[in-house]
Amino acid sequence: MTKTISVENVCKSFGKKDILKNINLATTNGTIFGFIGPSGAGKTTLVKMIVGMDTPNSGTIHVLQQKMPSREPLQRIGYMAQSDALYTELTGKENLHFFASLYKLNRSERKTRISYTADLVNLTKELNNKVSTYSGGMKRRLSLAIALIHDPDILILDEPTVGIDPELRLSIWNELIRLKIEDGKTIIVTTHVMSEAEKCDNVAMIRNGRIITSGTPEELKTFYNAVDLEDVFLKAGRELS
Amino acid sequence: MSLLFNSENEEVKLGVVNVNEILLNKLKNEDIKIINYDNLKNPTEVVVEDELDAVLQFEEGKYIITIKNSDPSSAKGLVMKLKQILTTFSIPSTQELNLENIIVKTNYVYGSSETVFFDVLSPILIGFFVFFFVFLISGIGFLKERTSGTLEKLMSTPIKRGEIVAAYLTGFGLFAVFQTIIVVVFSIYVLEIVLVGSIWNVILINLVLALVALSLGTLLSAFAATEFQMVQFIPITIIPQFFFSGIIPIEGMANWLQILAKFMPIYYAADALKGVMYKGHDLINIVHDLLALGIFAVTFILLNILALKRYRRI
Repeated sequence: MTKTISVENVCKSFGKKDILKNINLATTNGTIFGFIGPSGAGKTTLVKMIVGMDTPNSGTIHVLQQKMPSREPLQRIGYMAQSDALYTELTGKENLHFFASLYKLNRSERKTRISYTADLVNLTKELNNKVSTYSGGMKRRLSLAIALIHDPDILILDEPTVGIDPELRLSIWNELIRLKIEDGKTIIVTTHVMSEAEKCDNVAMIRNGRIITSGTPEELKTFYNAVDLEDVFLKAGRELS
Repeated sequence: MSLLFNSENEEVKLGVVNVNEILLNKLKNEDIKIINYDNLKNPTEVVVEDELDAVLQFEEGKYIITIKNSDPSSAKGLVMKLKQILTTFSIPSTQELNLENIIVKTNYVYGSSETVFFDVLSPILIGFFVFFFVFLISGIGFLKERTSGTLEKLMSTPIKRGEIVAAYLTGFGLFAVFQTIIVVVFSIYVLEIVLVGSIWNVILINLVLALVALSLGTLLSAFAATEFQMVQFIPITIIPQFFFSGIIPIEGMANWLQILAKFMPIYYAADALKGVMYKGHDLINIVHDLLALGIFAVTFILLNILALKRYRRI
């Protein structure tokens, strides 16, 4: 069990507005960590700082024992943004090829990984079509495939299953769980969907830039005497006000 | 506007050989600065080296005007003025008007008697088109990368900021090379724009100019949020350069405007293009222009890499 990500006392503000305050959390390998919170809570800002695309005003973030921002860990991090970042004039396959080359995969690795990730998100048939012809859900799936293309040790997925049907959602989560158990990957997921939050090993609830509560789903439900995590969120929120 | 167009009449510099004293006084009265030479083997060379507007020689009963003609419009004016002074001077006091007695031969350093303003304008226009198209296309292309979110995605991979800029320069650079060659070849072989110097130099100048346009386009796209805003940059970047490119004589402008002109990339490209295409200059004459353009390009490229810090500090 090694600490893969540690966020220590991180604060971030834009101008006078506080976006994040006193964020503390840590993840170990082989776990799925969920960030839950309403839009504007600061989840995406936090996640971007973990990837090194933004820097905190105070506090530190370490990924794989390296202080962020740093370019080195990026080779082992797969990031899926909240809004699709795809080259719409290219085909799905060309997108995958391009990002695979950024991670310096050689030809045979690329071929294997493309077929694996495309199969995982159920896009193998549409791979040779232009992304501009894809539906919203298909684009999301392609973004996920791109995040996985280089077999990263750390996966940071910002609302990954938005617009994806329940059956595919289930199979994606099953794969994430498999990656966690078999490959010891660290996975951070931000989500609104409480049923997905139940599948996480650890959960942090973020509201107005602060972590209002965190722990395993079981711990939280017991502590708040709640039926499900949605209840936990509501109760924890009320406690604050 | 008046600062640009109302040129203070620059003094005309005229070299003279073997010209009558009285005639010289007449010339001086017309605001012409006289520089005396004893003997001139090669008036053409002297005009260029000593930066004269023309040379007037009186040899074997005839006058020879060697006119620089670097600006055909003002050159025509000067030739006419000189001829007029010569005819009035040569009218003997007995009032026998015999214009045939006055033989005036005119030699042209650059161009010919048929040269018109367009011959000086067209080399500069070539530079303009190259700059305009490359600037717009590279700017909008890079803008798309930003608005579609792919630039941000790129920053989550191990790629370096410098590598992104280099990749864009290479990709669009290739396109710029093709475009430059097409524009130049079309201008010279189809439009038959005057070309005295080497076509390779023309292509070289335009390639360096395209590089400047490329790097400036991608840099300014960092400040635009939409394609429409990018298009709005055109009047800001292209039009001032038009005024300072040399199409309107810079020597006649107010001093501070002349200094401003030196900050425009087109100024150097226009100088080089006019030099090669109209005056037949060689590589060695345009090296300083190419160097200035190179400095512009390097500066914009470095600023580009800096601008990407917005997406990732390292």
